Amino acid sequence: MDKFYELRLYVAGKTTKSVIALQNLKKYCEEHLQGKYTIEVIDLLVQPQLAEGDQIFAIPTLVKKVPEPVRKIIGDLSNEEKVLVGLDIRPLAANR
Amino acid sequence: MALKKQSKAISSKELEKVLTGISGLDEITLGGLPKGRPSLICGEAGAGKTLFSIEFIVKGALLYNEPGVFMAFEEKADELKVNVASLGFDLDSLEREKKVKIDYVHIDRTEIEETGEYDLEGLFIRLGYAIDSIGAKRVVLDTIENLFSGLTNEAVLRSEIRRLFQFLKSKGVTAIITGEKGEKTLTRQGLEEYVSDCVILLDHRIINQISTRRLRIIKYRGSVHGTNEYPFLIDDDGISVLPVTSLRLNKEVSTAVVSSGIEALDKSLGCNGFFKGSSILVSGTAGTGKTSVAASFVHAACKNKSKCLFFAFEESPQQIIRNMRSIGIDLNDHLDKGYLEFFASRPTLFGLEMHLVAIHKAIKKFKPAVVVLDPITNLETIGSISEVKAMLIRLIDYLQEEQITVMFTALSINNAINEQTDEVVSSLVDAWIRIRDIEDNGERNRGLYIMKSRGMKHSNQIREFVITDEGLNLIDVYLSDDGVLTGSAREARMLIEKTGKVIQEQALSRKDREIIRKKRVLEAKIEGLRTEFESIEEELNKVYVEEELKKQIMGSALEQMTELRKGSSAIQPKKSKLHKKKGK
Repeated sequence: MDKFYELRLYVAGKTTKSVIALQNLKKYCEEHLQGKYTIEVIDLLVQPQLAEGDQIFAIPTLVKKVPEPVRKIIGDLSNEEKVLVGLDIRPLAANR
Repeated sequence: MALKKQSKAISSKELEKVLTGISGLDEITLGGLPKGRPSLICGEAGAGKTLFSIEFIVKGALLYNEPGVFMAFEEKADELKVNVASLGFDLDSLEREKKVKIDYVHIDRTEIEETGEYDLEGLFIRLGYAIDSIGAKRVVLDTIENLFSGLTNEAVLRSEIRRLFQFLKSKGVTAIITGEKGEKTLTRQGLEEYVSDCVILLDHRIINQISTRRLRIIKYRGSVHGTNEYPFLIDDDGISVLPVTSLRLNKEVSTAVVSSGIEALDKSLGCNGFFKGSSILVSGTAGTGKTSVAASFVHAACKNKSKCLFFAFEESPQQIIRNMRSIGIDLNDHLDKGYLEFFASRPTLFGLEMHLVAIHKAIKKFKPAVVVLDPITNLETIGSISEVKAMLIRLIDYLQEEQITVMFTALSINNAINEQTDEVVSSLVDAWIRIRDIEDNGERNRGLYIMKSRGMKHSNQIREFVITDEGLNLIDVYLSDDGVLTGSAREARMLIEKTGKVIQEQALSRKDREIIRKKRVLEAKIEGLRTEFESIEEELNKVYVEEELKKQIMGSALEQMTELRKGSSAIQPKKSKLHKKKGK
């Protein structure tokens, strides 16, 4: 558990889906990655040029840049299980 | 609902269109794709959808100053650039000039986890940003269906795609959306539901192992359009679509005449050649010199500084040049001067329609006044007779419109099937020249006759067609008791007649000489008689003069005697005597 998580959340304005996604993300991170993560929220309405770089097409999208491999989770992150699997955070391994 | 939409289209009078720049397509659609609306291009894998859409973007940027965004869901930008570089499209420099923007949307299912609700706002933002950054007027989405393979929530996708088309319309861009053909639907995901303005289907068919690409406009709301299947060609210059048949039959006609290159043939045509813009068929069995006739036609045209295009389906250009040199026709010279161009291709290289497209393209490029197709019968290896006919109708149609004179050569074999071909094609052409083998007397000769020549008082005679070192010639009909004589029989007959003539001439001159001789003899006789006559006359005259003299002398002697007898009165009796003589 030494890995540091760099997370980016792409949103487009303050939509319900974006707000829910951010809330969910923060909740999971506090639970599982306390002190080992940064969350960068990118609003594409403000910086549309950034969408191409991370291959964003759906909103909201959570991108895990570090640690490798790069993973993307799209949606409002309401399914904790899936988010944690997507982010390679332990619980899944523990469950196994 | 549908009615309302229709009436709306009518009330707005005319649909605004955007020229695609793809040659031929704008003619079929009568002006291009609907402006500011999305159009759907569907077809199987490898039908040419991507190429079609990229050409739309590139031509827009190059020809119409309309920047375009190409959003690729399948190929990476680099791959795409390499793929289209072969067509001479330099996407890199266009991108640098901000005329084209390529955005590759990478969707990899393994990298993506879906949880909860989402929408495709990110894609919209990307697209919107790309459009705004270069002021794009054209957009291509190739192919949006890839979203379905990357994402699982179909309900979301469908509503988002619907929204995407609304978004494109609101942006006022003319868009092409591509979609792969589904089993029963036009596209796998039923994109045609969303795009209702214009749908074009690309097709790639293989018949008899030869592939033909075809294009059909399935629907074009608010516009008239060609409904046929149009063949199209992908080559070094991109796509060219061929609008196959012109609907009208009101071409301009010319009374100008093009020489056939054979003086005697020109004469028997009655008008010193063929009409400009007419079509000529030269048919004959193998080895009758059809290509030679065509070459001499080309030779004559080139000498008149007209451009000629020679489509060779049988021999290579070098072969034709070599062979024609043997009959005194130097085509190489015309080739060097740029009056002549060869276009050689094996018929089996591609389908008939493709040949037609290729021919069209070559003609458009070279702009010839005379076109030769040698031979059209070879095209039958790749299509049925009716297909060849359909193709030739279109070709003749086009050539007539352009006022290009065309000569086809056709091989006829003396069996029922091929004679038919002749007839099939012959109804289309304006002039038909047949070269026949005349087998007689242990040798084979060629006979040429004009089967038909519209609008000309042509000769009805079969004439002997000879190929010499100095070119082609027709020899006058040689009629004898045995019919028309050709070849050595003709030569022999000519010889016989020639000797006869010499003998006759000699006989004549002998007679002439005899007459002259006789005349001379007679003249000599006449001369003799005349001298005889003169001497007789002189004799007679002499007698007469003597008599006169005698009389005179006797008279004067009598006077003298009377004078002597009567003295001075002697004068009177003399007078009375003279009076007496007069009275007698």
